[in-house]
Amino acid sequence: MDFWTLANAVASGLLIGLVYGLSALGLSVIFGVIRIVNFAHGEIMVMGMFFALLMFRWLGLDPLLSVPLAAALMFGFGYVLQLAVVSRVSHLPEHMQFLLLAAIAIMIVSALLLVFGPDAQGVEVDYAWDSFAVGELIIDYPKMFAAIGAIVVASLLLAFFKYTTTGKAIRACADNRMGAQVVGLNVSRLYALTFGIGAACLGAAGAIILLLFEAHPYLAPGYTLLAFVIVIIGGLGSLFGALVGGILIGVSEALAAVLFQPSMKTAFSFALLILVLLLRPQGLLGKAVR
Amino acid sequence: MTAVRRFFGPLSPAGLWLGGAFLLLLLLLPWWGGSYIMTVATTVFYLALVGQSWNLMLGFAGLLSIGHALFVGIGAYTAAYLFAAVGLPPAVGVLPAIGLAVLMGLLIGYLGFRFAIGGVYFALLTIAFAEFVRVVIDHVSWLGATEGFFLKVSEADRHGIDLANLRGAPEMYYYLIMALALGALVLCRYLLRSRLGYYWQAIRDDAGAAEALGVNVLRYKMYAVAISSGMAGVAGVFYAFYQNSLFPEIVFNIERSIEATLGSIVGGVGTLFGPIFGTFILTPLGEIVTEAIDLLKHWHVIDPETKLDGLKLLIWGFIVVLIVLFKPKGLWPWVCVRLRLTRPEAEG
Repeated sequence: MDFWTLANAVASGLLIGLVYGLSALGLSVIFGVIRIVNFAHGEIMVMGMFFALLMFRWLGLDPLLSVPLAAALMFGFGYVLQLAVVSRVSHLPEHMQFLLLAAIAIMIVSALLLVFGPDAQGVEVDYAWDSFAVGELIIDYPKMFAAIGAIVVASLLLAFFKYTTTGKAIRACADNRMGAQVVGLNVSRLYALTFGIGAACLGAAGAIILLLFEAHPYLAPGYTLLAFVIVIIGGLGSLFGALVGGILIGVSEALAAVLFQPSMKTAFSFALLILVLLLRPQGLLGKAVR
Repeated sequence: MTAVRRFFGPLSPAGLWLGGAFLLLLLLLPWWGGSYIMTVATTVFYLALVGQSWNLMLGFAGLLSIGHALFVGIGAYTAAYLFAAVGLPPAVGVLPAIGLAVLMGLLIGYLGFRFAIGGVYFALLTIAFAEFVRVVIDHVSWLGATEGFFLKVSEADRHGIDLANLRGAPEMYYYLIMALALGALVLCRYLLRSRLGYYWQAIRDDAGAAEALGVNVLRYKMYAVAISSGMAGVAGVFYAFYQNSLFPEIVFNIERSIEATLGSIVGGVGTLFGPIFGTFILTPLGEIVTEAIDLLKHWHVIDPETKLDGLKLLIWGFIVVLIVLFKPKGLWPWVCVRLRLTRPEAEG
């Protein structure tokens, strides 16, 4: 095992990890504000994948160009889902909310299965096999573009929360729901917006990841789990932590594939998760222990 | 009779009669139902057993597990491996199976509770462990890895009754799982009204207050996890010898864990009869949907060539959504009131 093999694995893991991070960001935003664990996470992301697939087939649109469209569509989906369904269970115990979202997740997977069938389907962009070299470091264009796309979307999101009035209002809701209501914020609309924004992240992440992997309805539960692992490692509710966790998981998966075998990569991620829970249960960048 | 009456205390006479009649119907099932109905009923009782075990953790002690397939799977693999490798009959193998499942439960519980990892975090920890063990077994060649682990079964096995080796006719499996599920029900009834059960409920409702009153929260949570995972381990042994094939991809699939929760949630979390009642609704419902689709295809109402792989789950998911939205306490409490199955003073 020489240095460059490892370096290549780390680089490729880092790039994919950024996309994972963007997806986990969607989970973190929703949990951080609405305090709901979105169990339909991977499912919404895979919807974004299939949407980008259709755009590619019908209009020949590069998945990266579908990102804004997929994000907008999933924003609408998330907005309506929160307003019409999820908000109605906010008074129920956690496990009922979990069940509701798990059932919605099952419905999404089955619907995708009915429409698209069980086969894996991907896109072939012109630059799919192109790469460039830095020393002996070989970087694939699709991975690089995917990572750049993820960084752009994530920066937009972080900027939104930091600088816009709506973003600040949402953070106010997250900090103190009652207080937000007292000062006259429309909390239920902001919650719907938040769910929409989280889902938009997933739509974007789905469209981006279509550059790297083929779409498949059964991918969804795996992405859900992956995002959970990332978010716990990074710290549930910490946006920056989600990105860091994503990169960590991406790199650990890539290293596991090189050092052991590709099928061991999830075991590595879960081992990392268990380690983090043992040593720092609030996550790497999480704040308080609950 | 008085003991029975005391046991089912909250049931009204109508409830007792209806329950008795239903039980009789199930006991006589091999005489009136075909092999298909018996297969469905076996699945129902199996899921009721797993559901009862899951319900003990969440409904009694307030610990949400979404990784129950892990305990079932560990029980299944342990007993199956011991049987295949050293010929240990499952009647004995069930003990190490329970032991390992409980150990795994205690490990997760310890990791979780030591750091006060509650609620969602604990649930995610259970998923993480289930996935971790699945991937590990995927790579353990002496457990069959992804190729699956198979138990030999001969044609002659399908006719006898060999409880020690869990080899026999479908009727044997049916009565066995029925006995196990009802046993679990009785155990839960006993636990719920024991000192331990009251501690659990106190912890579930307010862990802080329970702690302040001197309840050793960590210890009793660990008891709940241990008993629950042990029960799931027993279910796993049954699963292994009923299916005779184990694939990590199937046994530890998160869908198995979700399946374990659904019956209880539909029936009513924390209720005694909820898990069994819920599975009695959900499983046949799923079968009816499948049958209805086949019939429609047969009559050419829908094109037989259409692939409707996801339709059953789609409808099923929709029903669950409806229940969560409109009957969040589960169907059992509602049915009890409607059919006056319980005495009015014993509501809830």
